[in-house]
Amino acid sequence: MALLEIQDLHASVDGHEILKGVNLTINAGEVHSIMGPNGSGKSTLAAVLARRDAYQVTGGRILFNGKDLLEMDPEEAACEGVFLAFQYPVEIPGIGNAYFLRSAMNAVRKYRGEDELDAMDFLPLYKERMKLLEMDDKLMNRSVNEGFSGGEKKRNEILQLSMLEPKLAILDETDSGLDIDALRIVAQGVNAMRSPDRAFLVITHYQRLLDYIKPDFVHVLVDGKIERSGGPELALELEEKGYVRAEAEVQQALPA
Amino acid sequence: MSSSVDTIRDLAAQDYKWGFVTEIDEDRVPKGLNEDIVRLISARKGEPEFMLEWRLNALRHWFQMEREQGEPKWANVTFPPIDYQNIVYYSAPKQKPSLDSLNQVDPELLKTYAKLGIPIDEQKRLSNVAVDAVFDSVSVATTFKDKLGEMGVIFCSFSEAVQKHPDLIKKYLGTVVPHTDNFYAALNAAVFTDGSFVYVPKGVRCPMELSTYFRINAAETGQFERTLIVADEGASVSYLEGCTAPIRDTNQLHAAVVELIALDDAQIKYSTVQNWYPGDKEGRGGIYNFVTKRGKCLGRNSKISWTQVETGSAITWKYPSCILQGDNSVGEFYSVALTNNRQQADTGTKMIHIGKNTRSTIVSKGISAGFGQNTYRGQVKILKGATGARNYTQCDSLLIGDKCGAHTFPYIDVRNGSARMEHEASTSKIGEDQLFYLRQRGIKTEDAVSMIVNGFCKTVFKELPMEFAVEAQKLLGVSLEGSVG
Ligand SMILES: Nc1ncnc2c1ncn2[C@@H]1O[C@H](COP(=O)(O)OP(=O)(O)O)[C@@H](O)[C@H]1O
Ligand SMILES: [Mg+2]
Repeated sequence: MALLEIQDLHASVDGHEILKGVNLTINAGEVHSIMGPNGSGKSTLAAVLARRDAYQVTGGRILFNGKDLLEMDPEEAACEGVFLAFQYPVEIPGIGNAYFLRSAMNAVRKYRGEDELDAMDFLPLYKERMKLLEMDDKLMNRSVNEGFSGGEKKRNEILQLSMLEPKLAILDETDSGLDIDALRIVAQGVNAMRSPDRAFLVITHYQRLLDYIKPDFVHVLVDGKIERSGGPELALELEEKGYVRAEAEVQQALPA
Repeated sequence: MSSSVDTIRDLAAQDYKWGFVTEIDEDRVPKGLNEDIVRLISARKGEPEFMLEWRLNALRHWFQMEREQGEPKWANVTFPPIDYQNIVYYSAPKQKPSLDSLNQVDPELLKTYAKLGIPIDEQKRLSNVAVDAVFDSVSVATTFKDKLGEMGVIFCSFSEAVQKHPDLIKKYLGTVVPHTDNFYAALNAAVFTDGSFVYVPKGVRCPMELSTYFRINAAETGQFERTLIVADEGASVSYLEGCTAPIRDTNQLHAAVVELIALDDAQIKYSTVQNWYPGDKEGRGGIYNFVTKRGKCLGRNSKISWTQVETGSAITWKYPSCILQGDNSVGEFYSVALTNNRQQADTGTKMIHIGKNTRSTIVSKGISAGFGQNTYRGQVKILKGATGARNYTQCDSLLIGDKCGAHTFPYIDVRNGSARMEHEASTSKIGEDQLFYLRQRGIKTEDAVSMIVNGFCKTVFKELPMEFAVEAQKLLGVSLEGSVG
């Protein structure tokens, strides 16, 4: 059984259809990359998978681990093992970063009928993971993402990913705004998480990230549909030719 | 028909966990307000002549105010006219007039406080807090009296203070909030029935938190208590106030007065977690919380700090304020006010800078949910002589849903050019993006809302004593149940 099965997915925001029949199957252990021009619907797909309310599904179905994902609310999907590393991580004033993550882990553990982690169980692991991601200790007790630099925010997402250990990790343009060193560190963090029971959906605009996180499959999303799929070589081809053509077509379609 | 009313009651009762009624014999005076009632109250309490005169004087003033202008109308709240003749002004559990030990307290009362989690049973010594418990109109128990007595700290019911420390009462009563101050202050001065009195002598740091727990039980009564706290030179004290009331579908009036006085180098920290019954979801019932709280920094280098967490009451009308008279004195006001369902709150502070180099800080966090209306009203006044005065005001509002409202009325009056004023204000909606972020990590909507709100209030909560901060956080969570989704 596939981990994720998306069949003929249609979704809209504010009445505009954005996804126009997406089909995608992901097995545990695989890394898939979704590329495509800006505005093609990549973040929308991620949001639908994470069950964000504002995105209405108007057709199709999604099975996650054999369960109907579209029946789940965001916290259920999260507890079932869907993780989204946000393109724009959100700031939450007054809530400590470590406290937040421990609350999240305990919510997930509770859902699975596991015991809660106390601070003593949690902190050593948390600190170790922070070190791996070369994050400053000071970020531990600062409010979630508040005053973090762009790179720190992205690392914080990967930190959460590594602690929450989801079945499906969706990375939405985690590479944007990162310099090459940060990119390497983030990619290392992700690679350390690769395992036969975990799948990744890596959304990126640029091929660059895929030099570090090697995908098994690459898909090109254009105007709400997967236009092409292939192996890692597709990403290289796109890098060479660009989706210039595709992008030009999208541009033309816009009213002047 | 009746079953749907019951269901609503049950639901409301679920949210408000303190809504039970204690079956107890009450000694109450007839409804209504006139000189005879005031004489009756004073007589029941066996008061000296000066107190009766003080009350009657206030009553006359109140009648005049009622004739000429009635209740204050400037607050941003609405309620039907209150019939002041339809209220019982004195109601007390029947008991011996003086209590020497807790053994003489009615067991029903002890049970009530046990249910509320208030440690008036000294044996339990749950925490390092001395408690004065006020049930309806009278104080029923004050704990740790002896231990405090050794240090010269007086902590007792107001009635007892009138009997045992009349000189202190005469010297300070009404010096911060005179009966002429406002309509409710005049009413309180005429009919107040009990409350707490604290005196901390020169140089003494009170070794434990002092706490009064107010409980309204009887129906159709008003509660009018009066608290007076005096910190003598170099003394310091931290005082906590908590309150609850049973669920009833008529409104009940609570018009308290609190006066604080800090002499040279003295410090008073006054914390409130106000959780009076807020009414049901439709806005039926609930307490009208019309309270006058004011502190006077009389001495040099003195400091008065108010922290309040207001989650209860149908209507809250209160402005804990500081008169910064002594040079270098400091006033602080930290407030969280939450209105859910049909609750209304008009709250804030006044900082009156009179002395040189006086400083004040105001941090107000208003949270509105449901159809709640939340108003911050604050005044900062820098008088001519207040050279070098400084004020920092931060006033933030958080909206949950789109049927509630937040309003801000800051009044600033500066008459000395050297004053430095800073004002920051913000209004935000609880963000869909914040909620989604937390939910995407597995946190349930309710818990996510409560985390975001607690985060928003953090700068105020950290001013509360530890146990109170925990209670306040839980209370916010409970008060917000059902406000989202
Ligand atoms: N809240 C919204 N309201 C209206 N249109 C939206 C909204 N969010 C996204 N869109 C539109 O949906 C399309 C796809 O957006 P998105 O999924 O963010 O694309 P990508 O991530 O591929 O850049 C874009 O045209 C964008 O303008
Ligand atoms: Mg995007």
